[in-house]
Amino acid sequence: MARRTHVTTSINGLPTEFLCEPRQSVLEVLRDELGLTGAKEGCNNGNCGACAVILNGRVVNSCCVLGVELEGAELTTIEGIADGEKLHPLQQAFLEEAALQCGICTPGFIVSAKALLDSDPHPDEHKVRFWLAGNLCRCTGYDKIVRAVLKAADAAETPVP
Amino acid sequence: MTTTDRSTNYRIIGTRPVRPDGVEKVTGKAQYGADIRLPGLLHGRVLRSPHAHARIVAIDTSEAEKMPGVLAVVTHRDFPAARDVVQEIGESSVNALELSDNVLASRKALYRGHAVAAVAATSVHLAEEALTKIRVEYQVLPPVLDVRDAMREDAPLLSETRFTKELGGARSEKPSNIASHLRFQGGNPDAALEEADVVIEREYRTKMVHQGYIEPHNSTATWNADGTITIWTSTQGAFSVRAQVAEILRHPISSIRVIPMEIGGGFGGKLPIYLDPVAALLSKKSGRPVKVLMNRTDVFEGSGPTSGTWVKVKLGLKDGKISGVKAELAYEAGAYPGSPVGAGSMTMLAPYVIDNFQIDGYDVVLNKPKVAAYRAPGSPAAAFAFEQALDEAARAIGADPLQFRLDNSAREGSRMVTGAPLAKVGHEECVQAILDSPHYKSPIEGPYRGRGVASGYWFNGGMQSSVVAAVNPDGTVNLIEGSTDIGGTRASLAMQLAETLGIRYEDIHATVVDTDSVGHNDVTGGSRTTFASGMAVYQAGMDIRQQMCERAAREWNVPVDKVEYEDGRITWTDGEGTFKETSFAEQARTAAQKGGPIVGKASLSARGVGGAYSTHVVDVEVDPDTGKVTILRYTAAQDVGTAIHPSYVEGQIQGAVAQGVGWALNEEYYFDDEGRMLNSSFLDYRMPTSLDLPMIDTILVEVPNPGHPYGVRGVGEVPIVPPLAAVANAIADATGRRFTELPISPRRVVEELHGLA
Ligand code: FES
Ligand code: FES
Repeated sequence: MARRTHVTTSINGLPTEFLCEPRQSVLEVLRDELGLTGAKEGCNNGNCGACAVILNGRVVNSCCVLGVELEGAELTTIEGIADGEKLHPLQQAFLEEAALQCGICTPGFIVSAKALLDSDPHPDEHKVRFWLAGNLCRCTGYDKIVRAVLKAADAAETPVP
Repeated sequence: MTTTDRSTNYRIIGTRPVRPDGVEKVTGKAQYGADIRLPGLLHGRVLRSPHAHARIVAIDTSEAEKMPGVLAVVTHRDFPAARDVVQEIGESSVNALELSDNVLASRKALYRGHAVAAVAATSVHLAEEALTKIRVEYQVLPPVLDVRDAMREDAPLLSETRFTKELGGARSEKPSNIASHLRFQGGNPDAALEEADVVIEREYRTKMVHQGYIEPHNSTATWNADGTITIWTSTQGAFSVRAQVAEILRHPISSIRVIPMEIGGGFGGKLPIYLDPVAALLSKKSGRPVKVLMNRTDVFEGSGPTSGTWVKVKLGLKDGKISGVKAELAYEAGAYPGSPVGAGSMTMLAPYVIDNFQIDGYDVVLNKPKVAAYRAPGSPAAAFAFEQALDEAARAIGADPLQFRLDNSAREGSRMVTGAPLAKVGHEECVQAILDSPHYKSPIEGPYRGRGVASGYWFNGGMQSSVVAAVNPDGTVNLIEGSTDIGGTRASLAMQLAETLGIRYEDIHATVVDTDSVGHNDVTGGSRTTFASGMAVYQAGMDIRQQMCERAAREWNVPVDKVEYEDGRITWTDGEGTFKETSFAEQARTAAQKGGPIVGKASLSARGVGGAYSTHVVDVEVDPDTGKVTILRYTAAQDVGTAIHPSYVEGQIQGAVAQGVGWALNEEYYFDDEGRMLNSSFLDYRMPTSLDLPMIDTILVEVPNPGHPYGVRGVGEVPIVPPLAAVANAIADATGRRFTELPISPRRVVEELHGLA
């Protein structure tokens, strides 16, 4: 077994330390070392988006980033999207629009869509489809997922009184 | 859009509440199979054959066993001798001998990816390293990879002891890769074809494709010192896993407990078992819990896709009616018998009235993974052939393809090819719904644009279900069920119970429990769960109503048959002004004082299953330079019986359409001549992305199933039947060329349009 490296990072706003082998991906670290199993493994080679996380403001496939690269980084996972008990508008919209069936792809879609709305709060349908093309869903045909993202964008538009 | 002819007004059925498991799934808290963590957990990996066909001469595991951190290695030798018995696993059946051989190969590797050994180690990486230390000596044999080649007399044989089961139970003289031959016939097809005005005769081919669920197979097992086995797994049927594992390990079924985890898609592919007995044996040898996962390549190469097919159709018309059909269907079963050719043969003509027919089906083994069920197994490939032939025939007589389908449509009382008459069904309604749709009424114009339609049929399943509904003092109900929830059945069952009891949907807590905690439930397959478990839920609800009415009758000292239950209110009146009333909530609250806990239960083998029809229309645009086909617009009409939760019904249809479009345009197992799959990743096995599809419009036609208290029909499978043919018909309309082979990939389109084939 290769020597383990000590990594200091921030995950969902919490300072976090862990040990990992150089060959372990962020996905493995999250799931196997830190117990954060919200990010899913669908392919382990960057083709499905089920493992999406937001690393220093950019959405990445965590199966394609090494754990040691988290040193000094800021990471957001699906577990950090809701504000405590309060769901993010995307999460609420996914529920209301029935945008999940089996739900295995859902964490990846919500994380990716959050990164989209952070960068463009008012995307049109084509932009949503383009942005989410790296996330595979085999259950829904994407219809309700795209609607949910558009709805969440609309909800965010309404100014808070 | 929903069109309804039901007379009943429901309070809850037909609404769109949030599902019980929703919040956990959008927050990442839901526990899927791979998410399980146990103290002392080991990680298992499986070694797979690099050859499509090879004799296994020897396996030397000694080097791997010596590695520090490797705690167990297993091969087929660790399995007890399997019995030659057939088990039903819902939508398909397995022979225990073959299942055992598929889980870990014994004498021969029959396809690339066939499991030959497995390792448990303290980390995944260590387990993978250990696999490289296992030495397997293979004697490589020539593989056979095409269904037509495999049927030839001189084809390499997968097994020297397999003979064809011929018609009438006869057995072929020589061993063969054709495992069985079946036939359905009626009338006089030869004479009908002889006298026909128009005859269309063509051959069609589809490639092996995968269900493509995003969650790979997984299994975690503990073999306890007392001989009990606990298995955590993602499966469409925990009870079926229990039965299959018991059979393979020759272990008492009651000593095995299967805990179903949340499941990340199945579509039929998670009915058979692959890893569960392996994880159990690794645990037995190591004394620790073991989690075994497939990676994506393992899933493609080592699980069960659906058949590649060859179908020949000869179709005759007389006076605008389908007068006769002769068809041959040859389906790839993969390494062991059991393709869905029977279902393909039985469903192909089901949307129509056809008196003269002969259908021959062949189940053919070859050196590819053993197929598993995939959504309406067998029916899409049959419809791909027949619905295209029909389209050509309609064009030949200048008929509108939908009107032509309507004129020939099956209806209540029409006979299937098996001779069975149809109950009340909604094919005509589906065709009419598309005829009336804004989509079909809109013009389709422009070069290389075209429109196609197709219909499809699927039987749906009934099978066994068992539920318990326990009333809580606060007026809620715990609904305990054992059917895997893949796409919202906790919601659709809770809704049916709330409707039955006349209480709020939010007051039902639906939970899927393990095999020790509820009576037997068959698999979630055959579009059966909302139908059959829904029927059980209804009966359990009626059981609760009865108990509450009896309690009220006792208290009021009135005959129970005069006590009424409606919308959660329990009433009695003598008709002369005396009136008594209690309620579900009150009975729940006072249950402890008035006779103890109230628990409704039901166990049944569901009858009254209603078949389902679907008709689709699609507009496409073909780029003649790149060969890319763009789906411009898609509308699917389906007879859904009663849509319990319309959003999840629409979702089933939209998801199936997406899979069908992928099957039509891009998806295929691409093998080299040695039988190596060259595209075993999601990059190269090209499933539709959000960018490849438009919104998918649905029309829910509600022709209630008379065999179900709420008119439920299965909805999950039939919508994958029409898309293959609908897309091909649209491309024919756009290009003037018939594509009879799938996938209609850019390469194939360019070759065809530019004469390069
Ligand atoms: S698991 Fe990372 S992209 Fe699929
Ligand atoms: S909901 Fe199942 S893969 Fe998307």
